[in-house]
Amino acid sequence: MKLKGAQILLKMLEEEGVDTIFGYPGGAVLDIYDALMDSNIRHILPRHEQGGIHAADAYARATGKVGVCLVTSGPGATNTVTGIATAYMDSIPVVILTGQVPTPLIGNDAFQEVDIVGITRPCTKHNYLVKDVRCLAAKIKEAFHIARSGRPGPVLLDLPKDMINSTATYNPLGDVRMKSYNPTYKPNIRQVKKVAELIEKAKMPVIFSGGGVNLSLGHEALTTLARKTRIPVTGSLMGLGAFPGTDPLWLGMLGMHGTYRANMAISECDLMIAVGVRFDDRVTGKTDEFAPNAKIIQIDIDPTSIQKNVPVSVPVVGDCRITLELLNDLLEQMDRGKIAAKHEAWLTRIEKWKKSTPLVYDQKETIKPQFVVEKLYELTGGNAIITTEVGQNQMWAAQYYHFNRPGQFISSGGLGTMGFGLPAAIGAQAGFPDKTVIDIAGDGSIQMNIQELATAVQYNLPVKVAILNNGFLGMVRQWQELFYDRRYSSTHFSHSPDFVRLAEAYGAVGLRANKPEEVEAVIEKALATDKPVVMDFIVEPEESVYPMVPAGAPINKMLLV
Amino acid sequence: MEVQKQLLSILVDNEPGVLSRITGLFSGRGYNIESLSVAETTDPKVSRVTMVTSGSPPILEQIQKQLNKLINVIKVIDLTGQEYVKREMALIKVNAKPDHKAEILRITDIFRGQVLDVSQEHFMIMVTGDTSKINAILNLLKPFGIREIAKTGCIALSRG
Ligand SMILES: Cc1ncc(C[n+]2csc(CCOP(=O)(O)OP(=O)(O)O)c2C)c(N)n1
Ligand SMILES: [Mg+2]
Repeated sequence: MKLKGAQILLKMLEEEGVDTIFGYPGGAVLDIYDALMDSNIRHILPRHEQGGIHAADAYARATGKVGVCLVTSGPGATNTVTGIATAYMDSIPVVILTGQVPTPLIGNDAFQEVDIVGITRPCTKHNYLVKDVRCLAAKIKEAFHIARSGRPGPVLLDLPKDMINSTATYNPLGDVRMKSYNPTYKPNIRQVKKVAELIEKAKMPVIFSGGGVNLSLGHEALTTLARKTRIPVTGSLMGLGAFPGTDPLWLGMLGMHGTYRANMAISECDLMIAVGVRFDDRVTGKTDEFAPNAKIIQIDIDPTSIQKNVPVSVPVVGDCRITLELLNDLLEQMDRGKIAAKHEAWLTRIEKWKKSTPLVYDQKETIKPQFVVEKLYELTGGNAIITTEVGQNQMWAAQYYHFNRPGQFISSGGLGTMGFGLPAAIGAQAGFPDKTVIDIAGDGSIQMNIQELATAVQYNLPVKVAILNNGFLGMVRQWQELFYDRRYSSTHFSHSPDFVRLAEAYGAVGLRANKPEEVEAVIEKALATDKPVVMDFIVEPEESVYPMVPAGAPINKMLLV
Repeated sequence: MEVQKQLLSILVDNEPGVLSRITGLFSGRGYNIESLSVAETTDPKVSRVTMVTSGSPPILEQIQKQLNKLINVIKVIDLTGQEYVKREMALIKVNAKPDHKAEILRITDIFRGQVLDVSQEHFMIMVTGDTSKINAILNLLKPFGIREIAKTGCIALSRG
């Protein structure tokens, strides 16, 4: 069957199971957009390409499918770069399709030409410039394979206009085989045995789980491991949701804004079982003093993550879910009851830390941002999909909402991209039209992609935005307060829009709470509305996030309230 | 930690952009490349990159892992500590005044070099060997006045 490149592209997308793409048209992709009119794929038009790529990314985070973003050449392509880097840092499977000028013009500084393959080389898992339409189908298939397998990540395909317009015979393809790319899923069983032996010996073990557990859907195996052996669990920001946030074995998040007990447990433990984490500096603090008494086991599908930042006693290369399942099998043959019993003294000690130094805030006359998050948790029954912006809002969301499943907490962890939350909420809502999706936002971040309210309204995606409006770039202000003598250089907004009227101008619903007693009613009203809603919570301007580990300090040296 | 050298032989897809993926990895992560040479193998779809890198042992370990992670890298062979043969080549344009000519030829001979080009005032000499041999002849020729040199990076293959 002879088909045009644009038709081959859409056929391949359908074959890969793509039902939704987020895209923005332009000259170089006119032919693809024309073919889209005859396709069943749903196309969502954001108001900025950055919105499109974040939405595709969050669609992937929420559904576990590969997200797809389509943009034109030049500025369309460069507008996606922040979003590509965001997905790359958090290992999210996204395929980005960029238009490109016709092949004879490449290299001529043609109108809207940019070397997007060159620009995105360091922030994609892989990328391609497809010059020959006869290779198109195979490259698309390869791109999806690479994006979703191994340690997932974004893959970009640059598609010159003349290639998309030429024809080739289309034949269905078999499975992808690449001699240079074969991720290791099954771990070396000898290493897993060593892990089991160390667990048997440990008196004060801790599980530290990360994004890899969520990505591999290893949450059930992780929960089994922890509950059967009674090992407490902490997690990185990306690891939230992999273990029930309501379980007594859950210690809360680790690191710079981790809970006291999580940071203390890691600092005192004799064995750390690190699963799907990469020991980011926001988690380890000063690496020399990180978990000084512990043997560290590190399980990860990406060999480069192992031993990169901290030395490890037992490295295990493999898929987190598969490895944890094998480990559970091994432990089942041992005396798990006896192993569990050995940890009671340790758990009691942790319980004391929890009692002595819990997460706290003091709700007085002005609304405390933590109070808003707690109310959101209560009133959604802990079931909403939460996206966040970046800054204090993100940390309070992580501390005060408790997550119970992968894909429930959607946040830009590695890159810390302000402006992520609203388009991410749109992407998640597109994947789950019937679930409650809430963007916990800051007044700064929300203005970075606020235009996407129009997208939410146009496609009836009833996302809820909860702005923790402190009138500040709060997280930066917090650092200035603590480490720069309260010199608030360029972090105060002396002017902000009226978010309620802005929401209404976009056709969404705007609500505001000025006092603590109004918070509940505003949330209830928002949750009962089947349209996009912006809730403007006027919160304590100078509230800070605690505990806090100053950058570069050991994680047991926390600043507390 | 002490800095060591590492000699890598890397088989890669012979495609545009592959070399920049490798050099980009090094510049982006702050790794050192001491020398680099690339050419097609007998299979036109595959090229061999020979590279000398340096760093502390954990960095050298990361370099190998990061190279392996690149989709276009087929195989990374660490020749360090193995039995291998390695060579470099230098082309040296050296001043050759009439009364120096004999001495320069003698030195060239000792190093089993070859004179590739001759003019009134200079010789162009080719030598192959390891880095220290090439440095040695360069030192001996320096007093005559070296006009220009071109050196290949190191190339190497394992024995057997
Ligand atoms: C795109 C981008 N620019 C700058 C920063 C640096 N930054 C981190 S947090 C923050 C403040 C965010 O302010 P706001 O959204 O109001 O959140 P708050 O901390 O007040 O909750 C800034 C500027 C960033 N993370 N991302
Ligand atoms: Mg703010």
